[in-house]
Amino acid sequence: MIGIIDYGAGNLHSVEKAVIKLDFPTKIIAEPRDFTGIDKIIFPGVGNARKTMEMIRFHGLDDKITEAIKAGIPFLGICLGMQLLMEYSKENDADCLSIFEGAVYPFQKSIKVPHMGWNEVHQKRQHPIFRNIPNKSDFYFVHSFYVKPNDESDAIGITDYGQDFCSVIAKDNVIGVQFHPEKSAEAGLTILENFCGNF
Amino acid sequence: MKKIIPCLDVKDGKVVKGIHFEGMREMGDPVEMASDYSNNGADELVFLDISATTEGRKTMVDVVKKVAKKVSIPFTVGGGIKTADDIGRILEAGADKVGINTAAVDRPELIKEAAEKFGSATIVAAVDAKQMSDGTWHVMTHGGMKDSGLDAVQWAKMLEELGAGEILLTSVDRDGVKDGYDLELTKAIVDAVDIPVIASGGCGSAEDIVEVFEKTNVAAALAASIFHQNEVGIPEVKTLCRERGVDVSGA
Repeated sequence: MIGIIDYGAGNLHSVEKAVIKLDFPTKIIAEPRDFTGIDKIIFPGVGNARKTMEMIRFHGLDDKITEAIKAGIPFLGICLGMQLLMEYSKENDADCLSIFEGAVYPFQKSIKVPHMGWNEVHQKRQHPIFRNIPNKSDFYFVHSFYVKPNDESDAIGITDYGQDFCSVIAKDNVIGVQFHPEKSAEAGLTILENFCGNF
Repeated sequence: MKKIIPCLDVKDGKVVKGIHFEGMREMGDPVEMASDYSNNGADELVFLDISATTEGRKTMVDVVKKVAKKVSIPFTVGGGIKTADDIGRILEAGADKVGINTAAVDRPELIKEAAEKFGSATIVAAVDAKQMSDGTWHVMTHGGMKDSGLDAVQWAKMLEELGAGEILLTSVDRDGVKDGYDLELTKAIVDAVDIPVIASGGCGSAEDIVEVFEKTNVAAALAASIFHQNEVGIPEVKTLCRERGVDVSGA
């Protein structure tokens, strides 16, 4: 069972629809007891870092997420859901989940934000999440902030938008992607399939 | 990366196409057509609901739900959106963005409210522009029929200030004519704003798409009939773009 975290804010339906389309059973996680019976977790985030952290704390989801990750449950953070895996976000100065060491920064002022549209992901090393996906495939992005892990080897995918930034982060059972796999056509669906099926 | 966006005009749940906003002809089922375009390398899709009735608008929400289930690229839905509630309904049904035209001219604060509530990235301001005898362009409303009196370049700047995330620029003069985008108009709007502009109206060939990318700094080119009538496929357009040095997605 693939659990999809719904903290009551965002448009999480598109991720859920994409996973259903791939024929995996899904369950919405809206409160702590929903974690029962979940094999893998997807955390699709939209909106503002600070508000979202407040909401997941309010619903008691933050401790359960950390617990699940420590227990080795495969975890995929998407967009803001990736950024919240870091220690801290400059977006309204938010303390985050601290799964990865490092923080979330805005693009330099000279760069047009949001970074919205298709862009290449350079695979820095082999990883099961990249299975059957050619290097430098295009994915769909919408974001104004990016993650910067302290340990560079955590960044397994890099994208150039005026500057190189980490577009895929991974360590042990946890993966984060800055793009929207559910909106990235074939390559995006392959990412979800790799996570739900083979990871 | 430049985007190629097929546009589907939908009336009472069916894709139609007309010339100069008039003389409609049925083209097919929106969900099937959207799915085909998505599988063939479209970067995004735009649906314009041109239904005139409440019943037709309700049908559109069902179309959006079905498209959202089947299609895994971003899509925008415009046409007849008047209030923040309308926007919420369309986004809730699964659209990624909404297009707003007449309602923004009637009440510019709608763009501001919507951008604050749903985020600028979800708000596409549609500008239908028609050239006047003095060479300037006016913003047209009600499907290109009514002159608002607003200068299109000034209006585009205003929309950006209000928080629109993108501008979908349609040349009313070129729409359905298929002899190329209005390069002069497109350039005037692109140069006036920092937000991405989508060029629309007049595309008759792959060459027209390459031309608008070569001669203006638009983020995306939108086309309807050339794709619907299978005159040219999206892969062919992208191949031509790449040959001419235009950066597009896909291998």
